[in-house]
Amino acid sequence: MRQNLAASRRNILLGLVAGAILAHGTVAGAKPLKLEKEQIKVGFIKLTDMAPLAVAYEKGFFEDEGLYVTLEPQANWKVLLDRVITGELDGAHMLAGQPLGATIGIGTRADVITAFSMDLNGNAITVSNSVWEQMLPNIAKDAQGKPVRPVKADALKPVVEQMRAQGKPFKMGMVFPVSTHNYELRYWLAAGGLNPGYYSPTDVNGLVKADVLLSVTPPPQMPATLEAGTIYGYCVGEPWNQQAIFKKVGVPVITDYEIWKNNPEKVFGVTKAWAEKNPNTHLAMVKALIRAAQWLDASPANRKEAAAMISQSQYVGADTRVIANSMTGTFEYTPGEKRPVPDFNVFYRYNATYPFYSDAIWYLTQMRRWGQIEEGKPDSWYLETAKKVYRPDIYLQAAKLLVEEGRIRKEDIPWDSDGFKPPVKDFIDGVAYDGHKPNAYIDSFRIGLKGQQKVEGNNVVGK
Amino acid sequence: MLSASSGAQRLEAGGAAAPPPVKASTAPVQSAKPARRTRNTPEKLCRVLALLGLAFIVPLIRMACGEDPRAQLKSLWRTLGVPLVAMLVFALLWSFFAARIDTSLGKIPGPTAVFEQMGALWQEHRAERVREGEFYERQAVRNAERLAEDPTYEPSSVKYTGHPTYIDQIFTSLKTVFTGFLFATLLAVPIGILCGMSRTIEAGFNPFVQVFKPISPLAWLPIVTLVVSAVYVSEDPMFQKSFLVSAITVALCSLWPTVINTALGVSSIDRDLLNVAKVLQLGWKTRLLKLVLPSALPLMFTGMRLSLGVGWMVLIAAEMLAQNPGLGKFVWDEFQNGSSDSMSRMLVAVLTIGFIGFLLDRVMQTLQALTDFGSRR
Repeated sequence: MRQNLAASRRNILLGLVAGAILAHGTVAGAKPLKLEKEQIKVGFIKLTDMAPLAVAYEKGFFEDEGLYVTLEPQANWKVLLDRVITGELDGAHMLAGQPLGATIGIGTRADVITAFSMDLNGNAITVSNSVWEQMLPNIAKDAQGKPVRPVKADALKPVVEQMRAQGKPFKMGMVFPVSTHNYELRYWLAAGGLNPGYYSPTDVNGLVKADVLLSVTPPPQMPATLEAGTIYGYCVGEPWNQQAIFKKVGVPVITDYEIWKNNPEKVFGVTKAWAEKNPNTHLAMVKALIRAAQWLDASPANRKEAAAMISQSQYVGADTRVIANSMTGTFEYTPGEKRPVPDFNVFYRYNATYPFYSDAIWYLTQMRRWGQIEEGKPDSWYLETAKKVYRPDIYLQAAKLLVEEGRIRKEDIPWDSDGFKPPVKDFIDGVAYDGHKPNAYIDSFRIGLKGQQKVEGNNVVGK
Repeated sequence: MLSASSGAQRLEAGGAAAPPPVKASTAPVQSAKPARRTRNTPEKLCRVLALLGLAFIVPLIRMACGEDPRAQLKSLWRTLGVPLVAMLVFALLWSFFAARIDTSLGKIPGPTAVFEQMGALWQEHRAERVREGEFYERQAVRNAERLAEDPTYEPSSVKYTGHPTYIDQIFTSLKTVFTGFLFATLLAVPIGILCGMSRTIEAGFNPFVQVFKPISPLAWLPIVTLVVSAVYVSEDPMFQKSFLVSAITVALCSLWPTVINTALGVSSIDRDLLNVAKVLQLGWKTRLLKLVLPSALPLMFTGMRLSLGVGWMVLIAAEMLAQNPGLGKFVWDEFQNGSSDSMSRMLVAVLTIGFIGFLLDRVMQTLQALTDFGSRR
């Protein structure tokens, strides 16, 4: 009897297997990639834009590629990068500036590459309640008495000046020296005539000539640090700006979408050595992530589902309503002032997944502008560096496989791009950016290092 | 619990085989006990229960055996009633004051909210186990599928890739603390014995003990992390680095109480015994095993009990700071999540940490007490 049972159970399992093969065979048709490595550990930081990773895991996109992925939250961006470099993590959700910074040796020096851009936008700048109160008189109001958006840093300038006159330095937080948030916050401040300070070989904190002192705080700790009064404001990704509203500790003043429309945000980074050793595994990862990104942008219902998904404690862990506030195309500025920002998080639209050289070069120009790159470099250097780190070739290979498998539409991928987005003027200060001319762009800023200028001691020298 | 009771049995058996003079010396002690105790009270059971920290059962047994109910009720009130009332008062005070403190995560949760989260955490654990089962099924299907396409394919047997649940974290922490404690004991006991047996060696070790003893785990942690990362390099590591880092940090900090107490235990051995050993020309090994160790055992266990307590405290800090899996990481993750349930979950963890710490101490105390009357035989 027992034997019979065991046998019938085996038959059922075999039946299941056969059924699965048939079902799968008709959908895919393509041969699975021969993976060098099936067990993958991926690090992430608790931010809503880790969503493609969670979706690829929960929706089985990783497993469809034969990948067994473990997702692991990391303490902060430095720990995350270090663990990718030492090989404890196979890859990670990274700040776009991290692979670039690592490759040119800002902080830890290592060859890190990316073949997948995870999202566009998704950040905001928040100030404490009292700073917001002081800013309000300087902000124009619309007919309903609501502040006119975008709020420029011009409104913050008198507040900073007043505090400095009282001998109190104005401190703000960002998440990492080469983070998007650092450059966005600096961009916004500088556009409003506030100098966020230069980095120099002797000042790695970037405080030379600073009107506003910026320091590093891990994203999930931003609201608590603001509440403690250590900083007066911060620039960070979601849900930590909406969290400030819910916790009543601060007020978001501007989204990064208003600072630069559709700016590149996170990437999926791996070391160059890892990518060379596991080319097929890398392709499979990129494939799964492209599918996840597509799923995220496919419908508002998916976004809602994703918000609930990542609110689980093993992912972002914040309350669903906090995450959904920004994930589903709205953004709450002041309590009750919820405005539509349909492109606050972009995962797939506007070719968001393609790793554009022009995006890499924009980050490099900002690193130069604020002195992290100490000396002026020729235009050719910018392109070479971008090509070393950003790998559209791998991305296109993965996309091609997905098109062949019928999983994505051919017209969604910019097959013929030379890696440069057309020149744009979508910045808060209206300065035009052309990725082909980085030096001309750097020289066009009011505040920032230009040409061959260098920071020596507390002074900017040279031309 | 299990090890404690089996230890008790072993000791009983040893007692029976002990030489007659020792037995004679214990006999009067027993007969000197209050006369009103009836003969049929199982004194041994009562003693074992008291050892296990279940002293409140003892009066019940005594009453059942017909001893003076008044005295026993009084004793029951003291061992069971008072602690229960105290807990009730605490819970009331807790819910009263918690509702009055507003944090950015909302009000501090009261006992009911915390209790609810305990249930939620258990449900999450159950759900995760179901997902785990499904994962293995999918893996089997996928392996079969791949094998059908490519007969040379080596089927993968990947462990479940989901996240560790609260229950998993508890076991990770326990595993880590015992590993660290084992390292510490294996190192500390020999050092302690050497120090206890020779003044010279003790003089040599003393400065190190004095200087290293007060070092906080948080100071060791970054160094241990760096060293482990540099030294422990392997393609297919048996242990996770983070596990080793936590265990070594625990070991480094929990080493000292055992060293000091073992040394003290060994050095305070009865001189007469040593003289007898000299006269009998006992070998070095016999002297160590038959004389030194048995007489040093009670103090050794005192040291180990302190060590385990220190180790448990150190571990939580290490897990929190180094993001190593375990209860400490759970607390930190919840702090970072900042959801409306986070605070209740952190409080569940705090209570769990306390309760486990208490259990560990209880186990060690039981072992210690066993060795104590073992050596008095």
